[in-house]
Amino acid sequence: MGLLSDPVRRRALARLVLRLNAPLCVLSYVAGIAWFLALAFPPLTQRTYMSENAMGSTMVEEQFAGGDRARSLARDFAAHRRKSGALPVAWLERTMRSVGLEVYTQSFSRKLPFPDETHERYMVSGINVYGILRAPRAASTESLVLTVPCGPDSTNSQAVGLMLALAAHFRGQIYWAKDIIFLVTEHDLLGTEAWLEAYHDVNVTGMQSSPLQGRAGAIQAAVALELSSDVVTSLDVAVEGLNGQLPNLDLLNLFQTFCQKGGLLCTLQGKLQPQDWTSIDGPLQSVQTLLLMVLQQASGRPHGAHGLFLRYRVEALTLRGINSFRQYKYDLVAVGKALEGMFRKLNHLLERLHQSFFFYLLPALSRFVSIGLYMPAAGFLLLVLGLKALELWMQLHEAGVGPEEAGGTSGSSPPHPPTQGVGLASLMAPLLVSQAMGLAVYILPVLGQHVAAQHFPVAEAEAVVLTLLAIYAAGLALPHNTHWVVSTQAPDRGWMALKLVALIYLALQLACITLTNFSLGFLLAASMVPAAAVTKPSGPRPLYAALLVLTSPAATLLGSLFLWRELQEAPLSLAEGWQLFLAALAQGVLEHHTYGSLLFPLLALGLYPCWLLFWNVLFWK
Amino acid sequence: MAAAVRISLLVLLLLGPGGWGQAEPPRDSLREELVITPLPSGDVAATFQFRTRWESGGGQPWGQGGLSVLLKADRLFHTSYHSQAVHIRPVCRNAHCTSVSWELRQTLSVVFDAFVTGQGKKDWSLFRMFSRTLTEPCPLASESRVYVDITSYGQDNETLEVYPPPLTTYQDVILGSRKTYAVYDLLDAAVVSNSRSLNVQLKWKRPPENEAPPVPFLYAQRYVSGYGLQSGELSTLLYNTHPFRAFPVLLLDTVPWYLRLYVHTLTITSKGKENKPSYIHYQPAQDRMQPHLLEMLIQLPANSVTKVSIQFERALLKWTEYTPDPNHGFYVSPSVLSALVPSVVAAKPADWEESPLFNSLFPVSDSSSYFVRLYTEPLLVSLPTPDFSMPYNVVCLTCTVVAVCYGSFYNLLTRTFQIEEPRKGGLARRLANLIRRARGVPLL
Repeated sequence: MGLLSDPVRRRALARLVLRLNAPLCVLSYVAGIAWFLALAFPPLTQRTYMSENAMGSTMVEEQFAGGDRARSLARDFAAHRRKSGALPVAWLERTMRSVGLEVYTQSFSRKLPFPDETHERYMVSGINVYGILRAPRAASTESLVLTVPCGPDSTNSQAVGLMLALAAHFRGQIYWAKDIIFLVTEHDLLGTEAWLEAYHDVNVTGMQSSPLQGRAGAIQAAVALELSSDVVTSLDVAVEGLNGQLPNLDLLNLFQTFCQKGGLLCTLQGKLQPQDWTSIDGPLQSVQTLLLMVLQQASGRPHGAHGLFLRYRVEALTLRGINSFRQYKYDLVAVGKALEGMFRKLNHLLERLHQSFFFYLLPALSRFVSIGLYMPAAGFLLLVLGLKALELWMQLHEAGVGPEEAGGTSGSSPPHPPTQGVGLASLMAPLLVSQAMGLAVYILPVLGQHVAAQHFPVAEAEAVVLTLLAIYAAGLALPHNTHWVVSTQAPDRGWMALKLVALIYLALQLACITLTNFSLGFLLAASMVPAAAVTKPSGPRPLYAALLVLTSPAATLLGSLFLWRELQEAPLSLAEGWQLFLAALAQGVLEHHTYGSLLFPLLALGLYPCWLLFWNVLFWK
Repeated sequence: MAAAVRISLLVLLLLGPGGWGQAEPPRDSLREELVITPLPSGDVAATFQFRTRWESGGGQPWGQGGLSVLLKADRLFHTSYHSQAVHIRPVCRNAHCTSVSWELRQTLSVVFDAFVTGQGKKDWSLFRMFSRTLTEPCPLASESRVYVDITSYGQDNETLEVYPPPLTTYQDVILGSRKTYAVYDLLDAAVVSNSRSLNVQLKWKRPPENEAPPVPFLYAQRYVSGYGLQSGELSTLLYNTHPFRAFPVLLLDTVPWYLRLYVHTLTITSKGKENKPSYIHYQPAQDRMQPHLLEMLIQLPANSVTKVSIQFERALLKWTEYTPDPNHGFYVSPSVLSALVPSVVAAKPADWEESPLFNSLFPVSDSSSYFVRLYTEPLLVSLPTPDFSMPYNVVCLTCTVVAVCYGSFYNLLTRTFQIEEPRKGGLARRLANLIRRARGVPLL
């Protein structure tokens, strides 16, 4: 660091940074994107391996043979559900008791902040049913969970059937060392959240529910099952949980082991594992899978009922039976055997799953990228912000020292008059106003839904989304309204200081997000960094404005939706895309209120105000 | 099953000190008995007791045959509950206790699981449970009996049928309710000799429906609430299901020191109202020395659930103090509940020498209530654990990085650097400046 203490060398370094700033920024950005794309290729992806001793070397022989029983139970369940129009609680209780479980129910109710148009629900109340298989000669200190979330439609009946058949089979075995909880939740994830909160005796989301009567100690792992057909062509596994949390990689390895053992066709993000890594097709397919995972994780939505368990430090994943047009199909016995094997190996666990990775990306089911290898991609992107901030800092600093030095480095800007620093007051106004805008975006849509619904011919849910968009767009008008509080002296120094603050603010936010949810951080960085770096009040303003608008958080969301559907090979038309965008906004707000998802407050209170600062810079007068 | 678990929670019963014999007991004796209790859930509990008495110094008689033929390991370990106990105590042989005998009492309790052994059927027989039948009494035993609990649970009588029909029955008040037992005395020639073997069979006349089994008057649950590795809450639920009687319980908690209890957060609520304990004894923990000790006398209102909760913070242990499996979690021992639970039927104190052995498991001190000691489930609490494979690398690396960067950055941030031109013309210039200062002219 003597390099920086020596003023002569420091000045030389500063000149270098200033002169090469633009090429360095471009290089860094390109390096970041290239690094990310390279994550899908073999040197950066590694084969997954089982780290947990207790699950690695032990052998289990699956004996489940209750396929017929599962199908008949599923038929009964479906019939009872159709008859009652809700979860057949009494039937479930009776059936669980008859297979020898200790059965409890839990009723819950929740009034959503506004009507959920996607799931068509508003005032939700339901009953969860769960049965506990007590491990013999054990003290109920640890447990495993097999859960089936049931929605209002008649899906997932086969999952309930298979779960009950498995319960009957498990009940007859004497090797269990951990209790097993078989949980059927109503209103899918809402029920799961209600049950989890009651199990841990906390209230995170304002759910009202009856206390649980039966517990089974600390939950070690959970598997959620979604199955809506008697036969499946493949099993899809979902790992992404609430706020991008992931289960320990060993749980996924376990699933993959039994996929291979049972000869099941297993997919990740609906994509098969590429067979050929030598040609270009394999890595290309894994790039698609990787991008899908990144989009899924960035959304912060639980990708299945398992996603809610992760908050409570319960490793969990969702298995989804897919029935497509493929010729070869597996029956419920094959799925049941895979589950039996997984549960028997989880039963062997001596400690919580902790050996393997908690932070990873998956370009394929058997390949992963560890945190040490994917972090540089985001690091390169954030470096751009750092370089730009450094350049601005130096320009501001040298402007104070002498006009000729600053003028020599940035030819376009006129020489600055030597003034004493930049008044904080001139920065406070845009900072406060944009932050207030963010607060308005966060609070007003839900708060003002009734007012909006009264005065405009829209439903509450639409009112929320439209208010949200209106306030969001109104933020764009701010620079014209705020400039009167900004002192007019030293205009250049003003926008430079503001941009410097905005750059540092953005870099800090993105760095923090990247540490907890890499995908979200990377996506936002990839979209927001270029516009943030180039924005200034001089030059081609309309071009900059267009670029800024295109890379604003909302536009990023819209673009991500299109990319997501494109990768799923179900491209969207513009109108569909817009509809999906509105639905996604509503879902984002709802999920924040119902599950505690953090994407909406993060965008509304953090990134949107920050983005507004750049908008202010662009229209600086 | 619920009942099985409840039994496992249920009784570690006081072996009261009241058995000092009044009459002159026989010098050497062996009594053995087996109590079979069908539970409403369809499970069956079987309790063996072997009581041996011998003169001090003398050899003791050991049983061969008799009930011990039923003790077949692979069947006994196929059960859902299993508990063994051995008690040795002196027994006075006269009123002044000038000479003593020794008593060895061996107890084995198992709960057979209807679903594992019976493939879902709820009918039982000795053979089905133990894969053995009884053929002869123990030749050394002075008493060798099988008791089968045939008390009917429902309103209607005769839900349960035993075969062969018992020659005698025995009635007693156990844990506050009247019980009827069918008695098979192996020393009675008629019991065994008819078919050369005794295979007691139980048949449910009307199989118990798949409904929740009846609950006892007092039971408890305990769990850890909260999530995350910083804080949490220990909650104990005490259920009094008696329809109209309130009774006090003594709750004893020992909590390891690494759960730092916040005693001011102790809350006890019954029926939504605060329940003030009539007595509290608290002894705070000392790190690495002694655990927290919390003892309370709480009145449980009739037909109520009482929640006792106290918050805690998880301590960070020294890294050598972690167990080899730190991610398993750390056990917190069960709470102990002691209570005098009101009886349904008044019991009369029985003569221990005359009554069956299992009677001594349920001591009676007072006819209106019976003593119960319950243990709640133990808890498994995760503590924050370091990554044990990493500390050395991480400590070295971070210390180096911090040491290198900190000093330089601190310098850069707190000092300003300026280039000072090397002075020229040392002595002459100083002299000139002296003169200039005297003249009041700016220095060179």
